[in-house]
Amino acid sequence: MGLRRLLALSAVAAAYGVAALTAAGAVKAQTSILNVSYDVSRELYKDVNAAFVPHWKSTSGETIVINQSHGGSSRQALSVIGGLEADVVTMNQSPDVDILVERGGLVAKDWRSHFPHGATPYSTFSVFLVRKANPKQIKNWNDLTRSGLQVIVPNPKTSGNGRYTYLAAWGYALKTQGSEAKAREFVTSLFANVPVLDGGGRGASTTFTQRDVGDVLVTFENEAVALQKEFGSDKFEIVYPSISIDASAPLAVVDKVVDKRGTRKQATAYLEFLFSPTGQEIIARHHFRPRDPAVLARYAERFPKVETFTVEAFLGGWPKVQKEHFADGAIYDQIAVKR
Amino acid sequence: MRATSARRVLPGFGLSLGFTLAYLSLVVLIPLAAVFLKSATLSLSAFWDIVSSPRVVATYRLSFGASLLAAAINVVFGLLLAWALVRYSFPFKRLIDALVDLPFALPTAVAGISLTAIYAKNGLLGQFLEPLGIKIAFTPRGILIALIFIGLPFIVRTVQPVIEDLETEFEEAAACLGATRWQTIVRVVLPALLPALLTGFALAFARAVGEYGSVIFIAGNLPMISEITPLIIITKLEQYDYAGATAVASVMLIVSFLLLLLINALQAWTRRSARKG
Repeated sequence: MGLRRLLALSAVAAAYGVAALTAAGAVKAQTSILNVSYDVSRELYKDVNAAFVPHWKSTSGETIVINQSHGGSSRQALSVIGGLEADVVTMNQSPDVDILVERGGLVAKDWRSHFPHGATPYSTFSVFLVRKANPKQIKNWNDLTRSGLQVIVPNPKTSGNGRYTYLAAWGYALKTQGSEAKAREFVTSLFANVPVLDGGGRGASTTFTQRDVGDVLVTFENEAVALQKEFGSDKFEIVYPSISIDASAPLAVVDKVVDKRGTRKQATAYLEFLFSPTGQEIIARHHFRPRDPAVLARYAERFPKVETFTVEAFLGGWPKVQKEHFADGAIYDQIAVKR
Repeated sequence: MRATSARRVLPGFGLSLGFTLAYLSLVVLIPLAAVFLKSATLSLSAFWDIVSSPRVVATYRLSFGASLLAAAINVVFGLLLAWALVRYSFPFKRLIDALVDLPFALPTAVAGISLTAIYAKNGLLGQFLEPLGIKIAFTPRGILIALIFIGLPFIVRTVQPVIEDLETEFEEAAACLGATRWQTIVRVVLPALLPALLTGFALAFARAVGEYGSVIFIAGNLPMISEITPLIIITKLEQYDYAGATAVASVMLIVSFLLLLLINALQAWTRRSARKG
């Protein structure tokens, strides 16, 4: 290739790049809000947005565009701290909203009281997905510690899903065996059975379903149902443990951003819509457990009753859990290094 | 100033040096300085505790070890590949030549996922390897495979032009003077290629040390066994521990920089000795 042609080509490429970058910036002119959310809520919010846009048009007469951004929950929070202009955040664990209060005061301190149910429109919890006919007879958390079994869990250090699994196992042991020392032994032998630690929930699903690794996948109920639907119930079965951890999905309006962009009204209405019967219906359709009792009753056969405990009530709250279990050098690190 | 620039044969020294410094600062030095500044918020003992914890040290061993090994393997096979591409003609040569660049262009996550799919126990190659007791996916071996994959073009593309410039007359002359084939390779061909090979090695190594996307899918990411240093950094970031993340990052940067400096020195030395010889 001649030098001249090369130069011309790179000039075209550069011009194209600049055009693409500025075009991305220009979209903002319309009334739009950005929902920054976690990894596996993509499908849910696609449906929610499709329902909210006509709803908002009929109530306010305004045409609105909802943009979505998805990724690992904590990484998304980091982006918002770093300047991603999210009007609302919809995460899968409350530390990822609390951090927005701590760093830069992006969200009001009392965000939990701004919406019903502690600002969590739905919850889910950790369940087991096993291979067809449950060949290893996995029924409850204590089965996961049997030697020779392979348990697939996403990395608790990088994934909210993995963190909930760890805490569910910890809580189960605490409830059934009574002491923290026993609980520690329990999670140690459980995590000694983990052959792969994927970065996030979807990665773990792929490892279990496509790579054929492991006897059981521990993941959120909605993810387990989605996997079973995709691959067929003749391949995988869902097992509900006797007890699990309540994983309520928190959301908040990002005050600093909506005040700057003048979108508080729209952002608040968008989040309130999730608590409305229509929103709750969409949530239930995606196999997240809705808060509205009427909707829950309608989908009762989808949601077997399972006893759950919360991080706040049973484990002393997220800051404590974070410090004692997941901080560098804390219990999770200690048991992980010992394997 | 005017007097000195007038004496230079090439004009524009001041302008180009100024531009070089400004560009390098903007693109490289300022972000790197930010890393060191952030890690400087830690006390010395806290810094040391973070960067010397057993789990982090295990990742250095894996990251640097696997990267060096992958680059070394690529030097051997990349050289063969480049040699074949330059010296022989065969059908679809252009196509194969273009294939070499693919690891450059492929998003690393795609590379990681496809390698995992191939080497998992139900994968294209894994199904034959696993019964033989060779596990690749979700072990450190998988990391090596991924790093070899992403490093290959660096060696081939740096050595290829040098082989093209290498006149076959030298080899013929060596043969006429009674050199065996082996002597021709060791005494004539390799010394000429060595500087380029070292450059390729350095590039492939540097790329491999920082690689995250492709490795993360195939590694298994078990603490003390198959965690790479970039994963530790990401893990710390996701826990909002910026200072800890930059502490590990700065160790990585310093070690990489020293290793690259060493390779550069080696390269300068081989150039000099080649000229003398």
